[in-house]
Amino acid sequence: MKQLMLGNKALARGLYEAGCCVVSSYPGTPSTEVTEEAAKYDEIYCEWAPNEKVAMEVAFGACLAGKRAFCGMKHVGLNVAADPLFTCSYTGVNAGLVICVADDAGMHSSQNEQDSRHHAIASKVPMLEPADSDEAYRFAKLAFTISEEFDTPVIIKMCTRVAHSQSIVDTGERMVPEIRPYEKNIAKYVMMPGNAIKRHPFVEERNRRLIAYGETAEINREEMGDTALGIITSSTSYQYVKEVFGDKASILKLGMVNPLPRQRILDFAAKVDKLAIVEELDPVIENHCRQLGLEITGKDVFPMEGEYSQNMVAEKLGVPLSPVKRLEETLPGRPPVMCSGCPHRGLFYTLKQNKCTVLGDIGCYTLGAVAPLSAMDVTLCMGASVSSLHGFNKALGQESEGRTVAVIGDSTFMHSGMTGLANIAYNQSNSTVIILDNSITGMTGHQHNPTTGYNIKGDPAGQINLENLCRAMGFERVTVVDPYDLAECDRVLKQELAAQEPSVIISRRPCVLLKYVKHEKPLKVDCEKCVGCKSCMRLGCPSISIRDGKAVIDETLCVGCGVCRQLCKFGALDSQE
Amino acid sequence: MTKNIMIVGVGGQGSLLASKLLGHLLLKEGLDVKVSEVHGMSQRGGSVVTYVRFGEKVFSPIIDRGQADFIVSFEKLEAARYVEYLKPDGRIVVNTQEIDPMPVITGVAPYPADLVDKMEKLGIAVDAMDCLALAQQAGSAKAVNIVLMGRLSKYFDIPVEKWEKAIEECVPAKFLELNKKAFALGREYVA
Repeated sequence: MKQLMLGNKALARGLYEAGCCVVSSYPGTPSTEVTEEAAKYDEIYCEWAPNEKVAMEVAFGACLAGKRAFCGMKHVGLNVAADPLFTCSYTGVNAGLVICVADDAGMHSSQNEQDSRHHAIASKVPMLEPADSDEAYRFAKLAFTISEEFDTPVIIKMCTRVAHSQSIVDTGERMVPEIRPYEKNIAKYVMMPGNAIKRHPFVEERNRRLIAYGETAEINREEMGDTALGIITSSTSYQYVKEVFGDKASILKLGMVNPLPRQRILDFAAKVDKLAIVEELDPVIENHCRQLGLEITGKDVFPMEGEYSQNMVAEKLGVPLSPVKRLEETLPGRPPVMCSGCPHRGLFYTLKQNKCTVLGDIGCYTLGAVAPLSAMDVTLCMGASVSSLHGFNKALGQESEGRTVAVIGDSTFMHSGMTGLANIAYNQSNSTVIILDNSITGMTGHQHNPTTGYNIKGDPAGQINLENLCRAMGFERVTVVDPYDLAECDRVLKQELAAQEPSVIISRRPCVLLKYVKHEKPLKVDCEKCVGCKSCMRLGCPSISIRDGKAVIDETLCVGCGVCRQLCKFGALDSQE
Repeated sequence: MTKNIMIVGVGGQGSLLASKLLGHLLLKEGLDVKVSEVHGMSQRGGSVVTYVRFGEKVFSPIIDRGQADFIVSFEKLEAARYVEYLKPDGRIVVNTQEIDPMPVITGVAPYPADLVDKMEKLGIAVDAMDCLALAQQAGSAKAVNIVLMGRLSKYFDIPVEKWEKAIEECVPAKFLELNKKAFALGREYVA
């Protein structure tokens, strides 16, 4: 049936039709919907794992047991899962194992724009790269075939524009292959030196066979047009090239980007007068072509940074663009902000008032770094807040202990904050860790995690109690505060920073966007009492602005959290009757 | 020939339903369709863009500068922000509602004045309408998206019944009448 499908949904459909039985993933933009869509099929067991390493190991275990398995993650998640990836390249698989990694060129929702192809090259694992939803669907099925035929995990690399674009897919039926019974094979699966030494030559030989496969495979295809210019490309860059050139250039479109074919590229190069490479981020295809001795245009004109587009391809390859109309004035930007009523706001305000140095982490709450709160000093990667706080305090001792904190969300804490906390408990720094528990994984669009008590399908599940967990790790001081109560937040923060032992503060209130969270009536401004002092503006709440010298509350946005009311010395902000 | 519609607005305003409706309608017309949007960080009250492209065969999922036949904007400043994406003979359909971005809220910058006039002075065709008022007239402030779709529908050779059918298939039954009314108000609006 022909449907308009999101790239991620199409990939999930491919998993389903390929008979995939087990899916374990950690959410991360732009990969999240693959697993959310897979979870809608009752035939597939799906779960959110605490992190990507766990997810990949779960999927590995399932494929070992004989059923096709999958795990999905964003590009930085593959760093976390790199450990199992590199060695399951050696063990190979039993039933098929497919991994999706979604890159985010342009950093729409990421902390870097690393190119995941390097992981495929380094781990010597084949990587397929679809260019639209239909390919995402078909490549998912093909990936399982390659995985089983070549005894290897297979990575499907998505990018924001393929993952989050809808295009037409003609779907089919689910076919479940026969279970491949697990057979004990110590030489293949126990990767200790004596066995791994013998598996490495297998990996190299497999790579040679995969190169040979890519020489003739249909997923690498030539589209011959005018031969004055030949372009080698893949993924969404292919679409931009087609948009600009149509058949006015010849194209070698690569569907398998690791390993890359050799003869096929040389043959294509021989048919065209000039050769250009169009690939986002790093010059992977380009370097390969240079090793083959080809003269090419690539990163000498195209950037390493950001997303490409049809206009960029045109401009860089000398196709003229028509002039456009634009307004002369500079318009104010519209950066993302914490939502009205966001429970993180009160806590960050407290940190700002106390002039804390704040080691931050990855999530909605990273927006605590944005003006006017500006209450975050560092954000590196998942879990780094807790471990780097320990390092910061060990380096400076008492000088920093009384004014430095880590802030980390509930989901991020379960992902990789726990191990950092274990280090604080073990190596004893006088650190204060604040867990921002909004009872959900917020940024990626409300996924459950081990602390929420529900699984991916919304059914009741095991629930880890954060207080008990911290106490079990040896923290005597564990305090829960309501971030809507500014006085209490301030009191507890001062108390825990002053304490001469490690402590955890759990700032707990569910995300205001959760369906079960009841909103209060919007506040109203008493114009008689408001003196326009702008105290309430220091919260950076999108509901509050100043018009004609007085505070104004946008009733369509305000959820009545009442945090601003606590800042008004004149009693000008009040609940509506 | 590929047609290009950009839907722009502020995260959380409901552009998803508008693009879903268009995708649904155009697929039924037997056309190739691509709809592209960005999820995640930028949705938190930030500027959001959805690209809808359709025709015989669509390649790129995005619309670049100088290529949009229509910009449908949920907010005035956002329409102005993307003016350069419009074709020289393109049209802007804009909800005149003003939503202050953070630099305006914090007083770093004023909300720019006379944006519709300035766009018209560039020779751009602008349909400016208070969609929020029309949506409220239909029964819900949330129907701004369908009011805008109603206006946009005037410029397409697709019978109104097909639009209404697509609305039926995209919105919950209990909101159907409200949305049909919002669609009609947008379509029949006279400046």
